[in-house]
Amino acid sequence: MAFKTEHMTLNMGPQHPSTHGVLRLELELEGEIIKAVKPHIGYLHRCFEKHAEAMTYPQVIPYTDRMDYLSSIYNEFGYAVAVEKLLGIQVPERVEYIRVIMGELQRIASHLVAIGTYGLDIGAFTPFLFCFIDREKILSLFEMTCGARLLYNYIWVGGLSHDLHPDFIRSAKEFVTYFRPKVKDLNNLLTYNKIFIDRTANVGILPLETAINYGISGPNLRASGFEWDIRKDDTYSVYNKFNFDIPVGKGLQGTVGDCWDRYYVRILEIEESLKIIEQALKQIPEGDVTSAIPKRIKPPVGQVYSRVENPRGELGYFIISNGTPNPFRVKVKGPSFVHLGIMNELCKGHMVADVIAILGSIDIVLGEVDR
Amino acid sequence: MKNIQEIFSILKEKLGDFVLELTSSQPFEPFITISPLKINEVCLFLRDNEDLKFDSLVCLSGVDDANGKTIKDENGDNKIEGGTLSVYYHLESTKFRHKVVLKVSAARENPEVSSVALIWHHADWHEREAYDLVGINFLNHPDLRRILMPYDWEAGHPLRKDYKNPEFYQGMKVPY
Amino acid sequence: MIYDFFYKLFGSDIIAALIQSLLPLFIFILPYALFAVWWERKVSAHMQDRLGPMRVGWHGALQPIADIFKLFQKEDIIASDTDKFFFNIAPVLVFVGSYAAFAAIPFSSVFIGSNLDLGVFFIVAVSGFSVAGILMAGWSSNNKYSLLGAVRSVAQIISYEIPTIIIIITIVMVTGTLNLNTLSEMQSGHFWNWMIFGGPGSGVTKFMLIPFMIIGFGIIYISTLAEVNRTPFDIPEAESELVAGYHTEYSGMKFAMFFLAEYANMFAVSALVAALFFGGYQSPCGYLGNLFGLKWLIPIEQLFWFTAKGLFFVFVQMWLRWTLPRLRVDQLMNTCWKYLIPLAFVNLIIIGLITLI
Repeated sequence: MAFKTEHMTLNMGPQHPSTHGVLRLELELEGEIIKAVKPHIGYLHRCFEKHAEAMTYPQVIPYTDRMDYLSSIYNEFGYAVAVEKLLGIQVPERVEYIRVIMGELQRIASHLVAIGTYGLDIGAFTPFLFCFIDREKILSLFEMTCGARLLYNYIWVGGLSHDLHPDFIRSAKEFVTYFRPKVKDLNNLLTYNKIFIDRTANVGILPLETAINYGISGPNLRASGFEWDIRKDDTYSVYNKFNFDIPVGKGLQGTVGDCWDRYYVRILEIEESLKIIEQALKQIPEGDVTSAIPKRIKPPVGQVYSRVENPRGELGYFIISNGTPNPFRVKVKGPSFVHLGIMNELCKGHMVADVIAILGSIDIVLGEVDR
Repeated sequence: MKNIQEIFSILKEKLGDFVLELTSSQPFEPFITISPLKINEVCLFLRDNEDLKFDSLVCLSGVDDANGKTIKDENGDNKIEGGTLSVYYHLESTKFRHKVVLKVSAARENPEVSSVALIWHHADWHEREAYDLVGINFLNHPDLRRILMPYDWEAGHPLRKDYKNPEFYQGMKVPY
Repeated sequence: MIYDFFYKLFGSDIIAALIQSLLPLFIFILPYALFAVWWERKVSAHMQDRLGPMRVGWHGALQPIADIFKLFQKEDIIASDTDKFFFNIAPVLVFVGSYAAFAAIPFSSVFIGSNLDLGVFFIVAVSGFSVAGILMAGWSSNNKYSLLGAVRSVAQIISYEIPTIIIIITIVMVTGTLNLNTLSEMQSGHFWNWMIFGGPGSGVTKFMLIPFMIIGFGIIYISTLAEVNRTPFDIPEAESELVAGYHTEYSGMKFAMFFLAEYANMFAVSALVAALFFGGYQSPCGYLGNLFGLKWLIPIEQLFWFTAKGLFFVFVQMWLRWTLPRLRVDQLMNTCWKYLIPLAFVNLIIIGLITLI
């Protein structure tokens, strides 16, 4: 007589310390080994796309902030670049430089959250607080400029809402010199820690073919060995004026494309962002940031798809305009939405503890998944 | 690296019947219109052809074209009859770095489009979202169900232009 | 000696025994547990570049008292489908398993709860109560997470008892006694006589033993870390994976019992390691009482040294918790069965050979 066994379904429910937001993962387990992972999303759906159809083009900007709330500048940046393409206007150079500086500072802040919370999920409590101390300094720089620490409403279509504070450039330079050695601290504490490497190397390996087929982009794609960065390959704003490298996963501690590689690519990207900020701070020209903001935005009939490099991947805005002051359709392709779809593929054959490691390494933000 | 004219002529040559037209009159993005039930064959060709190699689907968006007639139904609300629902596909090749935009339009009353989820797995969740929010039915999709709205939402598809919120959902008042 | 004192006072051996066994509990362990709660929060805060509790009392010293008040007045929530008997008994069992071990640990030369000739054996045996308690807690909570946590915890504790016992056997082999009191007395003199430096005696044997004693100390320290479920071995209560493992469903006083039992357990194993390897209550450099000719001062100094050594090892355990990430459950089992146990056995054999010389 054979015993009938069935797989156990474990629910990592909407409220869970490690799922980075309200996400429900339905795990089908055989003992401790995962057979299938089914993500259920929609808990944070706030109908951004429907709202955008009721607002005018400038009014949509505060809504874009709230999608990926850990890198709000980039959401605004992407939207502004898309609408400026539709209108065909050119913004002053000072505006471009400030947008780049703010964007890269935001990238560092977002990566610090990703790294800190990843350590927290694996069980290392201290790097989380170290990362947040440094992030506070970046948030004070933002507060100095536009008054808000997290959701800015700063980048407007055609320009910016405020010019830089007179102390900003000096404070930003101080921050860069202060922060550079801190990355080494983080590496000593977490990156090369034997236990951390045991938990993340050779776990959740993402082969390159699968990654491209699933539409993965950003640091996750670069960790699988493919050198693809929209700042260089489909360049926007003034990124073509800066000198920076694109870190790629090389499988230093395990195989190419495992969780450690995805984590390490983010650490290396912080250094690259610091380089860009330094160069931008040196080259920033004078100018008026609000001069090119149009009084009334009424683009011609047409559509455009434009993309920027979010800290999490490729953020795409597909805007269809029908000649009225309100957009006809705004479709946002959020990278976290796409990346969550690959969880089933990555988690097969691993253990429950690895689900946490893999989910943390993909770095999702539920605001972007659900919009 | 090919531009859209060349890609259009290759497509017309190999799969002539399914490829309808190339619209490049409007600014910024010319697109190729494909017939809705054959989009999966066109996409398979685009992905596997050696000169084109579109191995990456960048974005898939469902759109309510709202190009039908607006009439008033029994409750006094506006309803759109006729017209089409469209899906836009943005494709890119990581090898040759060229891009193309495809469009399919399906009738509003019975919108059916072949699914490309088995060609690019990226399309899986995007098609579920298009089904959920716009109401387009994707044939041969491995798991077509709602993704952002609750699974038992019966009041329709929110991104349609004539969508109206229901009064109650499971006993809770919806507009507040 | 304390027993005789109380016997003379009360004339009844039962009352004297009762008081003698409750004394370490109330005078030492409970205040220590309160202190450890505060200390853990301060240690973790300072390591993370922040300050920790600062408002309640001087630098937050009264914080644990506030915590105890809070836990006392919390509603005792019991889910409806739990197995009520086991649910209520489980924290008691875990509590008993931790505190009972203190009966055989020598606090100073005049005070030991119960001078068993099988002291070490008793401690290891009684720690097994907590295993039963944890399993009961996980099962009766009627919660998949708790069950997973409890099962993992039981596997972990049982596996890591083996290296612990092997090292204890090593020490027993070298000294020839299971009685912790005798063991501590053997290590009297200066710190040179401690077991980790080869034990009392002199000559080549002592020097040859030193590296192996250090390895043995490392093994037993790591194994006892796993026994008390501290990071890097805290999979059973892994906050980010299983919410709180086997004590997810407990609230109020029952949770307080698990909580205090964990800190008491930490001190019990630290005291055990100190007694085995670092001379128990012996001072490393002679006694002030001997210097000044005050004989009554010596037991008090010994209590001080015992506490200091125990607290130092507890501090190292806290230090490790806030620095290292946690091991996955199969890596944990690997470490035990594939690395620690063979190493402990080899250590045992080599030390055995050395003592024959």
